[in-house]
Amino acid sequence: MRELIYLTVVLPLVGFLINGIFGSRIKNEKLIGAIGSGVIGISFLIALGAFFETLSIPVDQRQKIVTLFSWLTVGNLNVSFAYQVDQLSIIMAMIVTGVGFLIHVYSIGYMHGDKSFWRFFAYLNLFIFAMMNLILADNFVLLFLGWEGVGLCSYLLIGFWYDRKFEKSTTSDAAKKAFVVNRIGDFGFLLGMFLIYMTFGSLNFNEVFSRAVSFDVSTVTFGFIAIFLFIGATGKSAQIPLFVWLPDAMAGPTPVSALIHAATMVTAGVYMVARTSIIFASAPDILMVVAIIGALTAFFAATIGIVQNDIKKVLAYSTVSQLGYMFLAMGMGAFSAGIFHVMTHAFFKALLFLGAGSVIHAMHHEQDIQKYGGLKKHMPRTYLTFLIAALAISGIPPLSGFFSKDEILWYSYANGNLFFWILGVGTAMMTAFYMFRLYILTFEGTSRFGHDKHPHESPAVMTIPLIVLAVLAAVGGFIGIPEIFSGEHGNQFHNFLAPLFKDADRKLATYNMHSHFEEILLMVLSVAFAIGAIMFARYVYLKKPSIAVNTTQKFRGLYNLLWNKYFVDEAYDAAVVNPILQTSRSFLWKIADNKIIDGVVNGSAKIIDIISINIRKLQTGVAQFYALVMVLGIVAAFFWIILSL
Amino acid sequence: MTITVEYYLILSAFMFFVGVAGVLTRRNAIIVFMSIELMLNSANLTLVAFSSYLGNSIGQLFVFFVMTVAAAEAAVGLAIIIAIFRNKLTVNIDEINILKW
Amino acid sequence: MTLEVILFFVFGFVAAVTAVIMITRSNAVISALFLVLNFAALAGLYLTLNAQFIAVTQIIVYAGAIMVLFLFVLMLLRPENEKKFLELNPKIKIFALIVAFVVFAQLSYIIFFARPSQNISKDLTKSIEAGTIESIGRELFTNYVVPFEAAGFLLLAATIGALVLAKKKFD
Repeated sequence: MRELIYLTVVLPLVGFLINGIFGSRIKNEKLIGAIGSGVIGISFLIALGAFFETLSIPVDQRQKIVTLFSWLTVGNLNVSFAYQVDQLSIIMAMIVTGVGFLIHVYSIGYMHGDKSFWRFFAYLNLFIFAMMNLILADNFVLLFLGWEGVGLCSYLLIGFWYDRKFEKSTTSDAAKKAFVVNRIGDFGFLLGMFLIYMTFGSLNFNEVFSRAVSFDVSTVTFGFIAIFLFIGATGKSAQIPLFVWLPDAMAGPTPVSALIHAATMVTAGVYMVARTSIIFASAPDILMVVAIIGALTAFFAATIGIVQNDIKKVLAYSTVSQLGYMFLAMGMGAFSAGIFHVMTHAFFKALLFLGAGSVIHAMHHEQDIQKYGGLKKHMPRTYLTFLIAALAISGIPPLSGFFSKDEILWYSYANGNLFFWILGVGTAMMTAFYMFRLYILTFEGTSRFGHDKHPHESPAVMTIPLIVLAVLAAVGGFIGIPEIFSGEHGNQFHNFLAPLFKDADRKLATYNMHSHFEEILLMVLSVAFAIGAIMFARYVYLKKPSIAVNTTQKFRGLYNLLWNKYFVDEAYDAAVVNPILQTSRSFLWKIADNKIIDGVVNGSAKIIDIISINIRKLQTGVAQFYALVMVLGIVAAFFWIILSL
Repeated sequence: MTITVEYYLILSAFMFFVGVAGVLTRRNAIIVFMSIELMLNSANLTLVAFSSYLGNSIGQLFVFFVMTVAAAEAAVGLAIIIAIFRNKLTVNIDEINILKW
Repeated sequence: MTLEVILFFVFGFVAAVTAVIMITRSNAVISALFLVLNFAALAGLYLTLNAQFIAVTQIIVYAGAIMVLFLFVLMLLRPENEKKFLELNPKIKIFALIVAFVVFAQLSYIIFFARPSQNISKDLTKSIEAGTIESIGRELFTNYVVPFEAAGFLLLAATIGALVLAKKKFD
């Protein structure tokens, strides 16, 4: 099956071409949906087969590269369309195609009746194509192709309903914001790529990584490469300081938020850091920066999430926060723990978004949780699956989120830095709190919506993906049971990925071994904090709603700060956007473009015009004038004859 | 005194000059046309003069052909002038300036 | 002063003066009549050159046929009289005159420089012989028969062309 891995890239492209070219003529939504979902489903089966084949062969043969064709050959730079199957890429491929398939199926129900149904599926397939390129690439250039491709699809899908209002502007403004902010990150990534080529003379993963071990390269060079790559990652994965686009990305349809802005694309940064772990491990200072950025992002995004009222906004900040966790794990050198969290997060966050989409669908596009309440009895399946996801993200054992989150917290403690652990646990508490605030305001209590709305359970095509994801979110953690519970086998997930990170681990090699007692104590503590936060949320929003109101009024300043997301958008507007806008308007537009460029263009036209207006007078149209000119010619000829006599 | 061939040639050149002047300065298309006939005749005079002084009849043969061409040209040219006059109600060639766009 | 010299000067003078008058009259009919006179003077000059056949043809074809055609067209169209010579666009007209005169001056210079009479002396018997219908006809129907036929075709084409151009369109 591993030889066929390229099909997981090609099939989505085929789906995109069919839906993109013929979609507008296929009037049948079911057929479009079947094509769009089918190609992803087959891709998933291929990825699954490749995964089991990988499991069945010895560890040292698990990497396989499938070369399709040579893409660029310039000097000694050789870039191929080559896909590699190894432990990391096959896990990511399964997540993307698996979760992607479920979301495709869900979209058939969610997008039912949309005027651009076919366009939606074409974009989704294109996205999967780009994402598979990103994941399976065996070199930086192909990865970058996928990297840009997913950015493009993100842009297209955020602005999918380009004619709709979104907050103060339109969805296309949100799309542009996402694209531009991503470009800043991509620029960093490009610089990183250039520097890699300069340093190692290759862009092929295997060559670069083996040379990173064998070449004598200074820490400073590694530091620069790592910081540039990390800037790319902050753009794509919405970390401080480039996280501002992700909340706005919620302007897109909800399945898009689930697929791109929760489960897959935003984790590309995490994947890329894991893939280049050896480079980051060679620059420990930058790894510390990654950890700090991750922890701070996790913490601050969580604080913003507490006060938001838009159901998708809460989930968006939650995503930013969870991505921060993943980067915290990367920064701690716990690469496999980070990837583990990528996987579990894909399950429960996709589930949360799809559940939210189901609610939004039922409530006729009302997204304000203050206008929900008591939906439990109206939509039982959505309610149950949402509850499982909320428990999973809160880290309640034995759901998946518990294992992955606890592993990250354990590594941050084990690396000897209490600061990261405190931020992590604080974030976990807040996560539990705002998740249950969201859950309670939506499903529990009394109805706060008008009688004009009649919420109903979504159709089976939407609820079945929810149920599948709920099962995954519930049991997905068992493949990564920590050593202390599973005994001699150790952490299966960790062991599976370990060969990939052994070079990086050897370079870092700073783990202080702690006793099992400490690990269990911390686990109990974090679970206790999470349960406490859930109980607190239940108390505040179900039993005594007045507390929330009073607290809001007491800490109005803090509330405003959080409500306005620390004024980051405003600060960016004032510091970056407006100066650029002003310069563009007053200088680039009025002077550079209007005067200089237009002046050159119009000036050359005017010069030709003046010349031709004067020359044109020669063409009087009067025959006698032409005769006169002819006679002048004769005179000249005679002169020539006379001179030659 | 004897009349040498130069006398005829100078007379011919003068008539040619008058013909050119007529073509270049007159507005009436028919007079312009007549000036062209004048220029043709000045050329004829040269041909006949050389033919006579050389004792060779081929020059006069050419005059015969020139007359044929002149007759044909006069017929077609005048027909064109009539056609133009029908459309423009004028034979003034500075008013017939359709040779420009 | 032989008769030949007198005749040359008389006919030459008439030819030159009528030519000038022809291009300076504002009435086109008068111009045409002076052109007839000019052609007649030319016919006289041809006679002094012993070109009898050409002289007669000149009268018949030019003065008789072509100029009658001109006069017919003139009377048919009745173009208005032209303005005085320098009334319209005087600068360009004076310039045109100067250019035409330069041509004349150049031609005269070439003639005086070449002096063809140094190499050509008139043989009267040969000259008379060349101008007869017999010698012209012999040339025309032997060596120049193809151009002669071509000239016939040209006249035919011109007849048809003139008909097509000048006729009113049938609707």
